[in-house]
Parts: sequence; C-alpha cells; structure tokens
Amino acid sequence: MSFQRVSRTAAVAATAVLALSACGGGSGSADLDPDADISEQKLVVGIWADYYPEDLAETFEAETGVPVQIVHHATNEEIMAKLTAGGDSGIDVAFVSGQYAQALNEGGMLQELDHSLIPNIENLYPEAMEMAYDDGNTFSLPYAWGTTGLCYRSDLLPAEPTSWTDLLEPAAGVAGKTTMLSTERWMALPALKALGYSVNSENPDELAAVKEQLTTTKPTLLSFDDTTFYSKLVTGEAVLTEAWDGWCNYGIAEDPNIKFTVPEEGSDLWVDTMTVLKSSQNKEAAMAFLNYVLEPEIHSWAAENILYKVPNQAAMEALDPELLVTYPNLAMTPAELAKQEVIVDLGDYSTEYTRLATEISAK
Amino acid sequence: MPALRSAASGAAWRRRLAGLPILGPGVLFLFVLAVLPVALVTVYAFFERGRFGGVEYNFTLDNFVRLADPLYLGVVLKSILIAGAATGIALLIGYPAALFISRLPKRWRTLALIAVLLPFWTNFLIRTYAWILLLNNAGWINQGLQALGITTEPVAMLYTEPAVVVGLVYMYLPLMILPLYASLSSQDAQLTEAATNLGSSPFRVFRTVTLPLSAPGALTGCIFVFVPAMGNFIIPELIGGGKTVLIGNLIRDQFLKARDWPFGAALALVMTAFLVLLLVLQQRASRAVSEGKTPRKADA
Repeated sequence: MSFQRVSRTAAVAATAVLALSACGGGSGSADLDPDADISEQKLVVGIWADYYPEDLAETFEAETGVPVQIVHHATNEEIMAKLTAGGDSGIDVAFVSGQYAQALNEGGMLQELDHSLIPNIENLYPEAMEMAYDDGNTFSLPYAWGTTGLCYRSDLLPAEPTSWTDLLEPAAGVAGKTTMLSTERWMALPALKALGYSVNSENPDELAAVKEQLTTTKPTLLSFDDTTFYSKLVTGEAVLTEAWDGWCNYGIAEDPNIKFTVPEEGSDLWVDTMTVLKSSQNKEAAMAFLNYVLEPEIHSWAAENILYKVPNQAAMEALDPELLVTYPNLAMTPAELAKQEVIVDLGDYSTEYTRLATEISAK
Repeated sequence: MPALRSAASGAAWRRRLAGLPILGPGVLFLFVLAVLPVALVTVYAFFERGRFGGVEYNFTLDNFVRLADPLYLGVVLKSILIAGAATGIALLIGYPAALFISRLPKRWRTLALIAVLLPFWTNFLIRTYAWILLLNNAGWINQGLQALGITTEPVAMLYTEPAVVVGLVYMYLPLMILPLYASLSSQDAQLTEAATNLGSSPFRVFRTVTLPLSAPGALTGCIFVFVPAMGNFIIPELIGGGKTVLIGNLIRDQFLKARDWPFGAALALVMTAFLVLLLVLQQRASRAVSEGKTPRKADA
C-alpha cells in the first residue's frame, strides 16, 4: 500500500516528464491582436475548485461565444507543477496566489496584460493596483485578497486578543486550546510579526529567533491546522486560532461568538490572482475572460459565497450590507488591507522556511 | 545435437510465449505503475530542485547528503517507532481475533470476516473523522468520562502521538487479521488432535503447534500493517494535529508544499529500499519457518 502511495507521488512526476518529452517545441509568444475574432478561440482555465460561480463557463460562452473548459487544482503547488512541468500545459488562464504569479513571471511564463482589452480594470480599488509582487498589475489581476489574523471565541476568552503574543504565549486557561496554520510561511508569520520582522524575512538570525519562539509555543498548541480550525472553534475545542480571514467567516457563519482581528503588530496581505500564460494561443479570449470576471455581478460572487474580500470596488459596494454586519472582516477597507505586508516569493530561500516548519512539527 | 537443442529451446520459447497474452496485462500494469515510477523517483533524486517545482537537470548528490541530517533521521526513526508500535498492537489484537474467527462454525466465520472487512466500505477520511469526533476534548469519550464522574476535566487524547498509533492500528487491523486467519484456518486440525491425544495441555498445543504454524501468517500481517503505516500521512495530520511528522508527511510536503521534488524523491527512494529489504527479510523468515529450518524446541 505504501508502494502504491510512493508510486502515486511518482506518477505526478511521471506525468510531468511525459509532458516534458511530449512538447519540446517552443511556444510562440504571438503578440496580442486587438481585432482577433475571439469567438474562434477557446479557453482552458485553471482555478481552485468551488472558487468561482458554478455557471461561469456557460455564462461567459453565452456572452462571448468562447467555450471554456475549467480544470481544478487544490493548491498553488499543484497548478505550478502543471504549468512548469515543461512544454505547453494547455492552460490559458491560471488562478494562482500573488507570490506564485511573481515566480511564474520571473520564469518568463506570463503574458503581459493589455489593459485596453480589460476595461473593467477600472472597477478595481486603486490599492489593488500597487501590489509588491506586481506593481501596476502588468501580468496579474487580483481576484480575491485578505489577511491572516486571530480567529477566536469571544465568549470563551478572558479578554479580546490584540497581539500575536496572545497566541504565541497563551494565558493559562487558553493554553492547549489554540491552533496555528501549518503551511510554512504562515506558521512563521505570527512569530515574525511579534518579533518585529518582515513576513518575507531572509535573515537567518531572525528565522532562528522564530524557531526559538515556536519551540516554546508548540507545547501550548492543540494542533497545527490549515483546514478545520474553524470547526474546532465551533465545538469549543479551540478558543484562539491563527486564521485566514475568509476561513474565519466559515466559523462565524456557525457561531456569531466567533470573531476575527488583525493583531496590532500587523500581518500579511495575500492575493489570489488571475494570470494569462504566454504559451496560450487564445490570449485575446483570455483577456476577455479576465475582463468578464471583473464584472461586478460576477466578481461579487466570491464575496457572497466564499466570504472572501474581492478587490473590486463596484462589486464590494453592491454587496448586501447585512453581509458586512455578519462578517465584519469583509468590511475591512482596502486602505487597512494595504497596510499589511504583501507576501512575496523567496525563491531558493523558501526552503529555509520549509526546514523551519519541519523542525517545528517534528519536535 | 545442435539442431535438436535448438528445436527443444524453440519449443521452450513457444511455451514461454504462450503465457504472454495472460501475463501481458499484469506485466504492463507492473511496469507502468511500479517500475516506471520507481525509476523516475530514482532519476529525480540525483538532480537539483527547480524553483517552481520539478527538477533542474544538474547532477547532484546533495539530496542524499541531506538525508543524514539529524532532523530527517529523527523523522525516519520516529516513523519506524510509531509504525512498529502500531504493528505490535495490531498483532496483539489481531491474533486472538483471527484465532477466534478460525474456530467459529463455518456460517459465523463468513459473517465475522465480512465484519472485519466492513470498515473498508466507508471512505477512510470519513472513518478518520469519526475518530476525531470520538477522541476530541468535547468528544463522546470525554463526555462519557465526565458524565460518569470519572474525570472532571477533558483528557487530551486527540492530537497526540498515542492517538496517531491508535488511528494506524484501527486503519490497518484488518490487514493483520486476514493473513492470520488464512494461516490459522488452513492448519491441519489433525495436528492439534494428535498433540491433544498425546497428552498436551491446550496451552502447550497452542504454544508448540498452532503458534509456530501461524508464524508466517503473522509475519505477513506485520508487513501488511507496518508498510502502509510507515507511509501514512493523513493520520498524523488529522489525528496527530500536525504535531507529529512521519516520513509520509515529509515526502508529501516536499512535493506538494516545498516544491522540492528531488529531495522528496530521495526520501521516497530510501523508504522504498527499506521496505523492499523488509519484504525480503519477511520472505526469508517465512520460508525458514515453513520449512522447519529454525531450531524449535519441539522436544522441550
């Protein structure tokens, strides 16, 4: 059985190599033709499952005549593997987080966006045009954005948490009832911020200090948890968790005593973006697709249904005000978000974060 | 003579080839799903990490040097200990269960075997979540203990290493029971009868006849449990709360989180080699036992 598991991991690699050998030819990076008849084109869009309106492909085709095939990925790493395995992935539009878009662009894989073909860009908040990973949105457009903070049971905590230290060095009654995110960059984030460092730190001394802090924190944790922390809050197993804002909302939906706050030391700003691949033969249709997603009625879907903030002013203003009362973090302003530090890709240094996370989890 | 020999070997070849249509699909299956992936893993292990995942084709032995890091050795050691503990407990629970089932009347035996296999009909993630519901601080067991006044505070059971062992035992127990049952039920009943007729106590019959004869089954069961337990990464994550890292987690993370395929491949390769070694040892031991080569104190 374990062989099977090993093989499956390797099968991923096998697919990659097959793809590599199948397509040796260079992909012509034809320039955009604004007059191209996009109804002659068709799109393959790589996106996270349950991250878009179910009828997106149908409505876009009805609008533009461009048939869309949607392929799902569960994680950034999965789509990165598809895109970078070599040759033409067949994907025209890829949804990836900002730091991954940055890495893809540095690898020369992304098409520069023609803003004249995407008039709906004007729906975006001005702040959403100034992201550190892609200032001016030259190769990516933000789809959803948010931050990381503390998600907690206000009825079960002695005091409202205000600092990352409340999580890292929990009070007596709180210890054993806290969780932290297990993905490396976010596992390091609370300690980095509490110690006054950048979330993108590449300083070994700073990481050593983070390691020391997390080593003392780990015994106080209920668990490391990326995916079910909010249900632990609902059951009361956990009372204080490190959480992505949107995910905290899933807890709030079940128990209004659950609240979200960004600690005073600050946090990160994460962005999920839309990108067009340079290898795409359907770039004009891809631009039209990006433009379509930025329509307020389409873009607001993400805020209404997955409870993530979208960087689209027109879409956010069209939201039911009730929603902002129930989920206060949806009402966080772009200015507040922009105060947080944008997570960027660290290239080779990211292995240091992986090692740190392994060291902490294995302790 | 040469003509004769070639005719003979030609016939032999024809005989061998005759099996091809039957063997073909199986061989192809093995090649695509076992040989090819392992070959790929082997190749990847000798190259550098690509920034976006995948590999850079620059030869390096770094990935194997990193394996010697105490951090990763510690993970390997812990995996062996935890998988070993799960295997030991599964044997302790599985042996009496298999013995009991093998002594049941035939009708009940089938029913009992179905019961052993029944959990496999449910998705194992769902079964894992059931354990979370049972073991968590607000879970049924803690609620029960508190309702009965045995404890006043919830006992932390979930998200601990023992919980990981429990989860692994639960997951793989049927794989222990089935080979044990097969070897126990195929034993010649006349052997135990003979021993009894010659005056052996039931315990002595068990110790000198039943137990040694079932040793190959027990060994197979141990391998069936140990091997997948070693590579499991879901249970440490869900039941262990991400606070325990086993080699399965480490490998998974290299591919799916760290974008470090070559190191993941090196880890996978080492684990595969270790497990192949175990399988070889198990076969040797089984053969030795079944051929009666091991000195046994039958005369004691």
